[in-house]
Amino acid sequence: MANVKRSPWLLHYDGSSCNGCDIEVLACTTPVYDVERFGVVNTGDPFHADIFLITGGINSQNKEVVEQIYSQMPSPKVVVAVGTCACTGGVFKECYNILGGVDTVIPVDIYVPGCAARPESIIDGVVKAVALFQEKADAMDSKK
Amino acid sequence: MTTKIIFIVAYLILAPFIGGLLDGIDRKISARMQGRKGPSVFQPFFDVAKLFNKEVLLVNKAQAFLVLSYLGFIMFTGALLYSGADLLLCFFTLTTAALFLVLASCSTSSPFSSIGSQRELLQMMAYEPMVILTAIGFYYATGSFKASNIVAGNMSAIVYLPGIFVGFVFILTIKMRKSPFDLSASHHPHQEIVKGITTELSGGLLAITDIAEWYENVFLLSIVGMFLINTSVVSIVAAVAVVIVVYFLEILIDNTSARMRWDKVLKLAWSVTIIAGGINLVVLQVLKSLI
Ligand code: SF4
Repeated sequence: MANVKRSPWLLHYDGSSCNGCDIEVLACTTPVYDVERFGVVNTGDPFHADIFLITGGINSQNKEVVEQIYSQMPSPKVVVAVGTCACTGGVFKECYNILGGVDTVIPVDIYVPGCAARPESIIDGVVKAVALFQEKADAMDSKK
Repeated sequence: MTTKIIFIVAYLILAPFIGGLLDGIDRKISARMQGRKGPSVFQPFFDVAKLFNKEVLLVNKAQAFLVLSYLGFIMFTGALLYSGADLLLCFFTLTTAALFLVLASCSTSSPFSSIGSQRELLQMMAYEPMVILTAIGFYYATGSFKASNIVAGNMSAIVYLPGIFVGFVFILTIKMRKSPFDLSASHHPHQEIVKGITTELSGGLLAITDIAEWYENVFLLSIVGMFLINTSVVSIVAAVAVVIVVYFLEILIDNTSARMRWDKVLKLAWSVTIIAGGINLVVLQVLKSLI
């Protein structure tokens, strides 16, 4: 079994977040939290990404974007919804243009609640995502 | 003959390990310079191992062939150098290898990828004159283009070629994709919207470009070492020390500067080439005619 959990590369996408969660996601890469010590790289390219981190809910405009990014990521891949908005739609739930949480368009594996989600809980979510990423890679291996 | 084969095999086997480790040390030092703890020094190997376990999304049929040719030519370049072959030939195969990467990236229809490949061509335009001057400089200093003769002199080539050495270290920054010259693609400590020339490469193909880069870095640092090496053993120690200093310098430059516009890169690289490289050659020529 290949060890893939030492190198999870993140792709961060801002749905219709208020930017609160985004700032917390970026805080994870700063010297205080430094997620790179786990091998995490914040990439901007879906072709390179393993973990899809979404903040904010889905609206009628970014629905296709999220679907496309998800389809462009090579498997195994894990989706993490960061913040209450990404989990359920949050405070924007009743807005005319909001469809709901991320799971209305793509399958979500890990939910990180909080408004805004704290860097500690985001890192916790990523660590859980990494374990799942390894599981999925193993499953792919045994299918071969 | 047998020593040649040992050298080639040693290069082909050891270069990816040394290159990968250097990359890991680079990331660790970069993180420390930014006040972070940073990943393990073996992180590049973890990355490559993971990439080989990912699905490969091929954008077109040619991609895999072109990326593999890139790796093949880089390996060939290093093998040529370590067999003591003609330096000009080494540099030409190195350029050919770089062209395969450009082809792999512009064979896709992604705009990010094509911008990356165009910028890679601009970078090549910027550093190529200095690369050729380096080969010519070695010829002036030692009377031969052959790597085996260059390292067999009584005097280190750097004594005759200080300017060329400075110029070569300068373009090394471009070649190693270090800031401020990382136009076509940057490395991990830097944020990037999309990954330039490697945008459309996924899984194993991306891993292969990484490995090719490790081979390439070892090749380039070997050239740096060649400036020092002569018949004495001390020179080999000195060469290793200089290579380490140069590599550290590259990391320092990388972490203290922001990316430049392409036209500035071109002007700066050519100015350095003409001033450092050109003057060095002229002085050498004048001195030779005097003696
Ligand atoms: S969960 Fe709160 S902080 Fe995060 S995007 Fe929604 S409203 Fe903003």
